[in-house]
Amino acid sequence: MSILVIAEHNNQALNPTTLSALSAAQRIGGEIDLLVAGSGCRAVADEAAKAAGVGKVLLADAQAYEHALAENLAALVVELAGRYSHILAPAGTTAKDFMPRVAALLDVGQVSEIIAVESADTFKRPIYAGNAIATVRSDDPIKVITVRASAFDPAAAEGGNAAIETLSQVCDAGSSAFVGEELVRSERPDLSAARVVISGGRGLGSGENFALLEKVADKLGAAVGASRAAVDAGFVSNDMQVGQTGKIVAPELYIAVGISGAIQHLAGMKDSKVIVAINKDEEAPIFQVADYGLVADLFEALPELEAKL
Amino acid sequence: MKLLVCVKRVIDYNVKVRVKADNSDVDLANVKMALNPFCEIAVEEAIRLKEAGVASEVIVVSVGPKAVQEQLRTAMALGADRAIQIDTDTMPEPLDVAKLLARVVEQEQPGLVILGKQSIDSDNNQTGQMLAALTGRPQGTFAYALKVEGDKAVVTREVDGGLRTLSLQLPAIVTTDLRLNEPRYAKLPDIMKAKKKPLEVKTPADLGVELKRHIIQLKVEAPAARKAGIRVDSVDALIDKLKHEAKVI
Repeated sequence: MSILVIAEHNNQALNPTTLSALSAAQRIGGEIDLLVAGSGCRAVADEAAKAAGVGKVLLADAQAYEHALAENLAALVVELAGRYSHILAPAGTTAKDFMPRVAALLDVGQVSEIIAVESADTFKRPIYAGNAIATVRSDDPIKVITVRASAFDPAAAEGGNAAIETLSQVCDAGSSAFVGEELVRSERPDLSAARVVISGGRGLGSGENFALLEKVADKLGAAVGASRAAVDAGFVSNDMQVGQTGKIVAPELYIAVGISGAIQHLAGMKDSKVIVAINKDEEAPIFQVADYGLVADLFEALPELEAKL
Repeated sequence: MKLLVCVKRVIDYNVKVRVKADNSDVDLANVKMALNPFCEIAVEEAIRLKEAGVASEVIVVSVGPKAVQEQLRTAMALGADRAIQIDTDTMPEPLDVAKLLARVVEQEQPGLVILGKQSIDSDNNQTGQMLAALTGRPQGTFAYALKVEGDKAVVTREVDGGLRTLSLQLPAIVTTDLRLNEPRYAKLPDIMKAKKKPLEVKTPADLGVELKRHIIQLKVEAPAARKAGIRVDSVDALIDKLKHEAKVI
């Protein structure tokens, strides 16, 4: 078996979800190469070379890969694919964009968002928003797989010493171009990597009231999330959404405040280690998955929590 | 410019999903079916482009058994001009759907193809990207905003951490995310009118595509249930439990 893992990064640092994909690759077993495709991304390759279990880092450093345009990335991966039995990438919005393109160009199926490796060709993945888990087998010669990062403990970031091979080919389709981006800057940890997440729902009542959550988050070093209901109500932006249609998180501690617990939200957080629910409606379905439930008015409970932490 | 919208018939998003006792699949017998929510957004976006004078015709296509005609009629009630059903006994996997759609794209030559980013049943999030690959067209996935400017489509995408805008050379493929628009409801007279709009049925053989299974579903299980925990009666009790029992803070 030989596996290509494609790194997710921002040209400066490796996204930790890459280490989770690496861990999934280790479960499959075999030689593992890691592809870093970007622009001015040498530092990422250096970081990737230190990750445990990487045989070789392939560095594709060119302007064409700067913004991870799917057309260019897919063409590059397809050129490399012949050497591998498996191609894996963490299921962030980058891989979700280019990986199916890779699969189609190779005339193979894709197994999306695996949460477990059963064997080299058999995997588990959630369907119906996590309300069912399918076990699937890929019969293709090259298995194209995206990995749900929250389901795999990350591989060690240190301890490896892989060689870095620089790739010279440049794939530039020229059919799409980057125009601009608006990234949300936050002092708090990233939702998908945070140890503690505190999320608010429609019960918060307004965007301003998210300040109550943020104060508690600062005490705990937590990331702040939101339910889809809160996003749809316009309280906060969509990148904060936890749920099937947003981010899937599995922190050590998840605190759901004013969230009823719709199926679509539970799909995004039910694998958290410890779940706390604070809601004034004692019938709210969120209590059925919470380890600790507090029936209380959040406008009293949150300031008290902040003061006492 | 012609627009092609590809839609899927799926379980209604309000229905609670149950796994069959023999673990072969999810039980879909006598369950309410509907247009996939992301596909509804795709239909709405196409109709808005037609209303804005950017598009001349909206064609809607779906792959599956005869029952998918219900969703095609829904899309026509919302404003699509005509429909194509690609008749298959079962629901093919995304690569095959993309191959079938690629042949329709070849025949119809739409300037823009709009699809939902994923279906809420299989949650694959693949078909649009695969179609883009097979037709050699650029893709704008998870669209938050879409504008057609001359021979370009400007697509703002929902990405981890924010929004990213791309300019795509037309013809192109776009997949929709939730915030692209709010779909309208079909009005009764339009539902009546939709019954008379043309609906063409084609088979994979007509399109020269042979279906093949790449990914075999071996088993479907209910997820491990999470046990409800305990109620605490105060913030103090909660902090105490988190510190001393769960040891997470």
